[in-house]
Amino acid sequence: MSQQVTLTIDGKQVTVPAGWTVVDAARVANVHIPVFCYHPKLEPVGMCRMCLVEVGLPERDRATGEIVRNEDGSPKIRFFPKLQTACTTYVQEGMVIRTTTEQVARARKDILEFLLTSHPLDCPICDKGGECPLQNLTMAYGPGTSRFPYEYKLHLEKRVPLGDLIILDRERCIICGRCVRFQAEIAEDPVLSLDGRGRATYIITTSDPPFDSYWSGNTTDICPVGALTTTDFRFDARPWEMHQAASLCNLCPVGCNIMFDIRREPELGGRFAVQRVMPRQNEYVNEIWICDKGRFAAYHFAQYGERLTQPLVRENGKLRPASWREALERVAQAFREAGSGLVTLASGRLSNEDLFNLARLTDHLGGRKVLDTFLAGGEWTDKVGLGRESDLAALGEGDAILVMASDLEEEAPIFWLRVKEAAQRGATLVVANPRPTKIERHAKHVLRYVYGEEGKVWEALLAGASEAAQALARAENLVIFYGQEGLDLATSDAVARAAARLLLTTGHAGKPNSGLVAVWPRNNDQGAWDMGFRPVADLADTLRQVKALYVVAADPAGDDPHLAAALEGADFLVVQDLFLTETAQRADVVLPAQAYIERGGTYTNALRRVQRFFPAVPPPEGPQPDFAIVAALARLLDLNLEGRSTAKGFEALAAQVPAYQGLTYKDLARVEEQFPLVSREVLDYTGTAYPNGQGLGVVLPNAVERGETVAPPEAPEFPVRAFQGLLAVPITRLYDRGTLVAWSDTLAPRLPEEAWVWVAPETARDLGLQDDATARLEIGDLAYTVRVRVNPAVPGGVVLVPRSVGVVLFTPVAVHLKAVVPAS
Amino acid sequence: MFKELGALVKGLSVTFKSMFEPKVTFQYPEQKRPVKPRYRGRHVLRRYENGLERCIGCSLCAAACPADAIFVEAAENTDEERYSPGERYAAVYEINYLRCIFCGYCEDACPTQAIVLTDQYELSFTDRWDAIYTKERLLEPVPPGARPTPQKTEPGKFVNPIPEMPDFPEWKP
Repeated sequence: MSQQVTLTIDGKQVTVPAGWTVVDAARVANVHIPVFCYHPKLEPVGMCRMCLVEVGLPERDRATGEIVRNEDGSPKIRFFPKLQTACTTYVQEGMVIRTTTEQVARARKDILEFLLTSHPLDCPICDKGGECPLQNLTMAYGPGTSRFPYEYKLHLEKRVPLGDLIILDRERCIICGRCVRFQAEIAEDPVLSLDGRGRATYIITTSDPPFDSYWSGNTTDICPVGALTTTDFRFDARPWEMHQAASLCNLCPVGCNIMFDIRREPELGGRFAVQRVMPRQNEYVNEIWICDKGRFAAYHFAQYGERLTQPLVRENGKLRPASWREALERVAQAFREAGSGLVTLASGRLSNEDLFNLARLTDHLGGRKVLDTFLAGGEWTDKVGLGRESDLAALGEGDAILVMASDLEEEAPIFWLRVKEAAQRGATLVVANPRPTKIERHAKHVLRYVYGEEGKVWEALLAGASEAAQALARAENLVIFYGQEGLDLATSDAVARAAARLLLTTGHAGKPNSGLVAVWPRNNDQGAWDMGFRPVADLADTLRQVKALYVVAADPAGDDPHLAAALEGADFLVVQDLFLTETAQRADVVLPAQAYIERGGTYTNALRRVQRFFPAVPPPEGPQPDFAIVAALARLLDLNLEGRSTAKGFEALAAQVPAYQGLTYKDLARVEEQFPLVSREVLDYTGTAYPNGQGLGVVLPNAVERGETVAPPEAPEFPVRAFQGLLAVPITRLYDRGTLVAWSDTLAPRLPEEAWVWVAPETARDLGLQDDATARLEIGDLAYTVRVRVNPAVPGGVVLVPRSVGVVLFTPVAVHLKAVVPAS
Repeated sequence: MFKELGALVKGLSVTFKSMFEPKVTFQYPEQKRPVKPRYRGRHVLRRYENGLERCIGCSLCAAACPADAIFVEAAENTDEERYSPGERYAAVYEINYLRCIFCGYCEDACPTQAIVLTDQYELSFTDRWDAIYTKERLLEPVPPGARPTPQKTEPGKFVNPIPEMPDFPEWKP
């Protein structure tokens, strides 16, 4: 713990770490110092002058340096002759702050009057009205009337779209610069700036496309006025009309804590519907931020997607609606006949409770549990994952982080942020990737390798010869992230093994703040591994041989035409999903499931933090929660599973799965005071993010902490591929055309419209391709028309193919890329 | 006996006298009694003289309503399709008259004097759904010579959602 300083604010003594600002200390002491430009997560600038206070310091004798004392022995305090900005004043021992004096009140009133001279006061139509710091502070400290005629006011543009997602109202902007500083300091996409000077200072965006950042939504949270609003929530509802439901984002393995704001929606026939997504504080996970994908696509699929409403069964080659009883009996009959010929194919989109029930049912029949993923290594994250009580915020000087084969910002934006912050605090960051990524700006060592030669990097790291390897071995705490960049099942398994070996041999296993993190493609892949689901090397081959196939929250046919063909081999196909997917269209029985916003449950994120989400909106008639469907099915097969309460389901799970031993929902609901103190009452301090009153979750103990002996695995053999010609490598981009995000109208303009690939300039030249040219990409027996984007950051000889953007590619393969001659 | 007869005459005299007093009853509904000037009857959503709706969809009436009788859903105006001055208008405006207690708080809360209570008190329904007055039923007719909403308007003309306040002194440069 750093040095502590005690100061007095309005007669209250408060002890805070040295280096804090007076505003932060006052917040902890529960004294309100109003701010506009200051934000505890940003560097102070002292632009708005709202936080002016009287600052006094103990007077010292010039000759002796002794503190001068009053007659009663108390130190004599000398106040600065003028008011000081509390946000740029750092705490000092014995400091005395006065915020309730006439002078301070006068200053606040004057600053507010000054700000309001060019503020339109159109609060009735402003989306921020009701949760607006300017509104609240004007009510609390401002003048009751204006001395300024309306005609004097500046009249500026009311609707300036800053990109596709954010709209700027120039009139309302008070030029606090929070958005500009957020983009520069936290998002590190400095795409906003202040343009002009004096009264003609405006916020502008300097990027093309405008406001090109994955973090733009957060600026609307910290904007202290209604200048920045989102297109998603524009004029949708007033803040006071909505009620809240705590949830988790389910679009990536970070598991950001979010809050759904809910109100009746006329568009949906007056049903309760989610109106917007707001971040919910969890300093262990997402702090008070969320990425734009989560904010603008986390609920749309459930609300606006074409959902299944009733069970369907195949009759005479066609799917027809059926009752639950009929559908389930048919499934039970088929499963009974299939016995151990059953394969359950589930994805990491399901909650732990669903996956546990599914695993129990499959085991009961002697079937096989298959996980639909392309990234392996889950048993190693369980064995040597981040230890109990781990906190990425604790990483700093003396610690090291290795990011291997991952474009972190694209795969899991918040992990990028947390790793970057750790590096800024002094942690040694080693990045191993075949091409430069955004996280490399903070890397101490960059290990560049050729796609497919991940083994060489690990050989060097395990040998401990290089400077980077030594930095990792020496570090007090070591966290290894491995991601999805060009990895397939076999290689990612080898990477996980090698990483586990490094952690175990350098003594970094089984302790807090050290361990292995897999940046999974889905939000609950870790939970699926924990429940016993495992990917199979050749999924098509497996599918071809099954007697009965139970596909839950996965769409193999939609993902890959080869799998669609393989499904023909399955004797009986049951699909349990939200939508009538490609796979569901081929099914014998389709069971409609509830979306996660309609029910509760838990997800285990990639840091192995188990977190709970709550039902947000009433479920539509027809669909049932996944765990309940499985339980109903199990009852027909003489197995008793929990089908009513997720709490009970979690208890059953905790009794059987070692890592979850003894956990209950009560443990997940634990909250603690987290800095900065977020409150909906003090909106000016942290913005409109919600405080966390629902639970911070629990990090699971890894196998070492559970007392199991984990021997370091042998240095793995990396699969060797002899490539001829051009190599296509799958990479992950945040904005893809996945089923879940594709339903969001808000995010639609940012999603790729057509299939595209990245190639290096020299490769493009060799192939006779121009930038933006249309080309034909041949992968095995499949061919695609793709847009070629020439990117100098891409290594030569490869085509980088984004996943889920129209091209099916799960593993690096040799391909042909040919220019398409435009028809004249 | 005369005593009893006297009492009867006394009583009947009151009856007889009141026969010539002016009548206080009205033959409703043939005959209607005028209401007091500040009577609070059913609401009307007003328009400006040019036909634009005064309501800007701010939902403050719904917030002020103690009976939760009002529901407002806002949407965005464009110059191509303009319903009200400024950026925002009420796409859905509903008052549930089974809930409304005619307190008039909505009128007080309205920043544009769009929602007003009128002297209409003849509210009867045979169906619960009929008790929910939609925006179409609440809006007053388009003034003579004005265009109905949505209107196509000149860009930059109707930017201010709140009408000019008369209490400011006239400013001369």
